[in-house]
Amino acid sequence: MLLPEKQIDFMGARKIAGVASAILVIVSILSLAFNSLEFGLDFTSGTSVRLSYSEAVVIEDVNQTLRDNGYESAVVVTFGSDRDIRILLPVDETVAVGEQAAQAVIVGESIDEMLQNSSGSEITLLGSDYVSAKVGGELVESGGIGMLVALAIIMVYISMRFQFKFSVGAVVALAHDLIITLGIFSLFRIEFNLNTLAALLAIIGYSLNDTIVVSDRIRENFRRLRKGTPLEMVNISLNQTLSRTLITSLTTLLVLFSILFIGGESTQGFAVALIIGVVIGTYSSIYIASNVILYMNVTREDLMLPVKEGAELDDTP
Amino acid sequence: MLNKYPAWKNILILIVVILGFLYSLPNLYPDDPALQISHELTELSQGDMPVITSALEAAEVNFFGEEIDTESIRIRLNNLDDQLRAKTAIEDALGESYIVALNLAPTTPGWLQAIGAGKMNLGLDLQGGVHFLMEVDMDAAIIRRMEDNLSNVRTILREQRIRSRGLNLISNSHLEVRFANAEDRSQARSELVTIFPELQMQSREAEGVFILDMRMTPATALQIQTDTLQANRTTLLNRVDTLGVSEPTVQQQGSDRIVVELPGMQDPAQAIRILQRIATLEIHLESELGAPSLSYETYDYEGIPVNVDNNVVLQGDSISNAVYQLDQNSQPSVVLSLDAQGGNQMNRATRDNVGRRMDILLIETKSRTITSINEGGEEIEDIEFYEEKELIMHATIQQALGRQFSITGLTPREASDLAPLIRSGSLAAPMTIVEQSVIGPSMGQENLDQGLLGVQVAAGLVVLFMMFYYRAFGMAANAALIMNILMIVAVMSSIIPATLTLPGIVGIVLTVGMAVDANVLIFTRIREELGVGAPPQQAIDAGYNRAFTTIIDANLTTFLVAAVLYTIGTGPVRGFAITLMIGIITSMFTAIVGTRAIVNLIYGGKSGKTLSIGSYRKIAKQDDLNIAAGK
Repeated sequence: MLLPEKQIDFMGARKIAGVASAILVIVSILSLAFNSLEFGLDFTSGTSVRLSYSEAVVIEDVNQTLRDNGYESAVVVTFGSDRDIRILLPVDETVAVGEQAAQAVIVGESIDEMLQNSSGSEITLLGSDYVSAKVGGELVESGGIGMLVALAIIMVYISMRFQFKFSVGAVVALAHDLIITLGIFSLFRIEFNLNTLAALLAIIGYSLNDTIVVSDRIRENFRRLRKGTPLEMVNISLNQTLSRTLITSLTTLLVLFSILFIGGESTQGFAVALIIGVVIGTYSSIYIASNVILYMNVTREDLMLPVKEGAELDDTP
Repeated sequence: MLNKYPAWKNILILIVVILGFLYSLPNLYPDDPALQISHELTELSQGDMPVITSALEAAEVNFFGEEIDTESIRIRLNNLDDQLRAKTAIEDALGESYIVALNLAPTTPGWLQAIGAGKMNLGLDLQGGVHFLMEVDMDAAIIRRMEDNLSNVRTILREQRIRSRGLNLISNSHLEVRFANAEDRSQARSELVTIFPELQMQSREAEGVFILDMRMTPATALQIQTDTLQANRTTLLNRVDTLGVSEPTVQQQGSDRIVVELPGMQDPAQAIRILQRIATLEIHLESELGAPSLSYETYDYEGIPVNVDNNVVLQGDSISNAVYQLDQNSQPSVVLSLDAQGGNQMNRATRDNVGRRMDILLIETKSRTITSINEGGEEIEDIEFYEEKELIMHATIQQALGRQFSITGLTPREASDLAPLIRSGSLAAPMTIVEQSVIGPSMGQENLDQGLLGVQVAAGLVVLFMMFYYRAFGMAANAALIMNILMIVAVMSSIIPATLTLPGIVGIVLTVGMAVDANVLIFTRIREELGVGAPPQQAIDAGYNRAFTTIIDANLTTFLVAAVLYTIGTGPVRGFAITLMIGIITSMFTAIVGTRAIVNLIYGGKSGKTLSIGSYRKIAKQDDLNIAAGK
């Protein structure tokens, strides 16, 4: 069913795919540089105002009221129940660090009053505090180092099991997927929190998995097939793995869409991030890793098993 | 024989499946609402349970399953309503110094408990609870260490008979000693430099005074931070234990913060009261007669004013243990054990002061709610922190003390109160709560229900797809999938006590999606083999063998990444990484070994012509794959 009748010339479109990917990556990097990410509560310092309503809160109304009163960058979330909300405001840079706490109290009271006037419902101010980021600079730093360590380990492992050119392919594909996913987050202003971070980590696993399966086939075909150019080898391998690539993406997407629609609000960001990642990961396992391998002029000799002399003689036709 | 597993292999798989089933079983038993009763300071007495029983009878609340030990009593209630009524009744009956905490008690049957099976711990987001973020006052910890150093330097100079013109703390990490001449200074310097490797020394002159500057090295400051955080974490863990929460999280975050999460706890005020009992101990000497009035503070000790010298002999964090004991004369006493450095300090301070009195101060940081009226005429409640110092011991030094010494002359009650207070009270540095949030049990339940529904629907869809697309082989993969979920749950419940959070559930679901990948790889290979005309038995064998290396490569790389994430990550990242690692291992087992066993049972040793694996394409002559045959 999913198996194509004819061989698809994937690599025929390799130049177009390469250019398209390059554009996507550049747009993503630019967006990340100028637009940054919409960091959620976990990553930013600010003032947290906790309010308790006497009835269920309509978040959109709260957002509207805040926006009308000059708090454009306020983030509103419910916590505990649908009656309790938490509003996070970015740090007011004009206030000294020592006075942030006092400032938070004043801001809390004025927001309480403002919302009370606009909504007409009974609102209790549970508290307003200056909160510094949960995820400190050191996590970002150690996370960055960790990523590099992870990449290094992957490169070493793939170089050992396959060949250096393949490890470059896998790492480029990985970077491609991560940068574009982050870029989409930045472009569409989707909140980036610890859950999305976890999703990003899952994308690493997924993207790697896909790339390795394809590389494995390429390695196998190089070793088994006597004829054919590297480009043909890659094309054959991609066609052979195509049905598996599509089926796995399909089952994963089935799962992710059921989480998106059924799993509740708290997991939606996670599901969205992963859906984006899986789609890009599927594309990159076909076009990016193999493209890089070809670009680096992979040859049959790169993948030949180290053979004993006697065995080599036997093999000669 | 091709496609036949030996009997031992089948039995082994069966055993693994049964174990997976058994160890995930406890999760089906819902928890009972419960109350955990303990005393704030001491052990419970024999008379407490009868008081509780009669209070509950009076309030007409039924309870059962009481568990009584010296530290706490736990009773179970029929429903959440009863739980709240019982709490009020017991609090009224026992009074303020008792802690009555709401929590949940597992109902795992005894035979399951006996084999070590337990429930999976649910995170805050899934069962509700309270979350605190506490900040440790690192400056206080560093100043305290410098104060310590200051009094040690003073003692050493005195012992070596080196005259100084005064010692001062300039900043929280800088100490200066003034001398009348350069000889005294260089003698002092050579004396001190070996004893205080953690201090950087520098000499300078100012206005005819010879000054030795001693500064704490950044490395030492960092070390103090790490130690302090660790020590506070341990103390918090001990305190949280008295709340009777089943799976508390007390975790370090960043360089100066600790996250406390109490799942199932529904009463933040109660938790704050316990956590905020932030106490530190300080050991001082009694001030000598005629000492300048700025060098001591006066405390009340059993109605008598006592002048306590400001120099700290020893900080509470040097006390490693405090035990209540009867001494050789059957008198109650508290035996204190100090760490090595503390022992030295104690010895140095006491050997010259035999006959003098030693004082122990208990310093508690407490919080109180102050109500004030704002401009609008409304009442506002604010939490304010304040320090309360109490002189808890005033005793004569009988001999030079070392690493272990006892406090005597106490009444039995005092002695039994003091030991746990010192044990739990020695926080290395004060802490304040910077963030708190409560997640209601209904919200948690909703998250859990939705998450589980998500898993069910997702698994259902995948099962349907596999059945439709791969027929009998698909069913084998489905059986493996269910086996896989059981095994993940079993491992997370009993073997690796991981806490299940919402991202964790998603992690499991994702494993479901990806676990079939191994089977997809195998089955497409089998189809390919059939496509080039291989007989069914050989196609199965070749399919499994060829896909094996691919599966290993793909999973091992992902596992490596997960392991790195686990090592460097904190909190949610770790939770996700561990689920992923468990999922990779179990899915490799079920997808390769599990499905093979089923396939072997169906097809092994039979000479059927077809396999029920869905449609596949016959490879035509001109196809590229023919290159494979070398034609």
